[in-house]
Amino acid sequence: MVETSLPYGSGDTGLPERTRAEALRFHELSEVHPQNGTLLGFWLYLMSDCLIFACLFAVYGVLGRRYAGGPTGAELFELPLVALNTTMLLLSSITYGFAVLEMQKDKVRTTLVWLGITGLLGATFIGIELHEFAQLVHEGAGPQRSAFLSSFFTLVGTHGTHVTVGIIWLITLMAQVGQHGLIPENKRRLMCLSMFWHFLDVVWIGVFTFVYLMGVLP
Amino acid sequence: MSAHDNALDAHGHDHHGHDGHDGHAPSTFRGYMTGFVLAVILTAIPFWLVMAKVFDKSSTTALLVLACASVQIVVHMIYFLHMNARSEGGWTMLALIFTIVLVVIALTGSLWVMFHLDQNMMPMHDMKNLP
Repeated sequence: MVETSLPYGSGDTGLPERTRAEALRFHELSEVHPQNGTLLGFWLYLMSDCLIFACLFAVYGVLGRRYAGGPTGAELFELPLVALNTTMLLLSSITYGFAVLEMQKDKVRTTLVWLGITGLLGATFIGIELHEFAQLVHEGAGPQRSAFLSSFFTLVGTHGTHVTVGIIWLITLMAQVGQHGLIPENKRRLMCLSMFWHFLDVVWIGVFTFVYLMGVLP
Repeated sequence: MSAHDNALDAHGHDHHGHDGHDGHAPSTFRGYMTGFVLAVILTAIPFWLVMAKVFDKSSTTALLVLACASVQIVVHMIYFLHMNARSEGGWTMLALIFTIVLVVIALTGSLWVMFHLDQNMMPMHDMKNLP
């Protein structure tokens, strides 16, 4: 590092031609980093997604207690079911973490196993949520019943849609990894999905706190 | 000059490091497990507070639940999303701070404005008495 940093700092003060060329090349190399570009770009997408959820949370915050004479959150929400759902999502987060750890060790088979477990946990989450939605609609508490239920279905439904898309993406990547192995492109894609998946878990913290737990408080 | 050289050194090291992790801190089993245990605790506390009806006043419960959620979001950011001030040369952190500002404005602004709108629109209930 001393050899490269010294000529770079000295600039064009009569150094040998070859050393200066090396200094220039070093400079250019540090400017170009296409892989970081993808991850940074994906992070910016996540931030914009975060704003969508912020708007939906604001809508729920404004309308969340407008029951229009209909059922309230305290009457509708089953907290044990929500706790089970939260457990599923939290477990899927840590299993995805294990998949990333195996990916770093370049082990294709165990990476695929952990990804599969993550997908199954995500699918269980969606299954429980759909069961809950079906039960609400069956009880006459569909999205058209009151402003509270409209905003509830929009917010929780948008999160559920994101998780569903995440599962589809996960299956696609499992096929990719199975076919091409852990090539740099697949590693980059897995890191993007990792950010997406953990981000959805962060949003779910807001949902179970703001919607379910605070919704049942008198 | 030497400060600049050091910055260059650090930058160069980031790219030629052996973590193979594109400038992010490399994930470790220990990091994920710490995050997971903290997340489980911070999830269990609010559910217990609400389901066991620990406090009579719901405002106390609401405040504690919100506090747990805020801490848990930070835990997820650090241990699962590997956020730090250095990744991607600080751009992810900058984008995150900007987003947090926007989220806070959107949330508090909406709640604040709509609350006052509500109060000022109360006489609207008498509209039916108008001709």
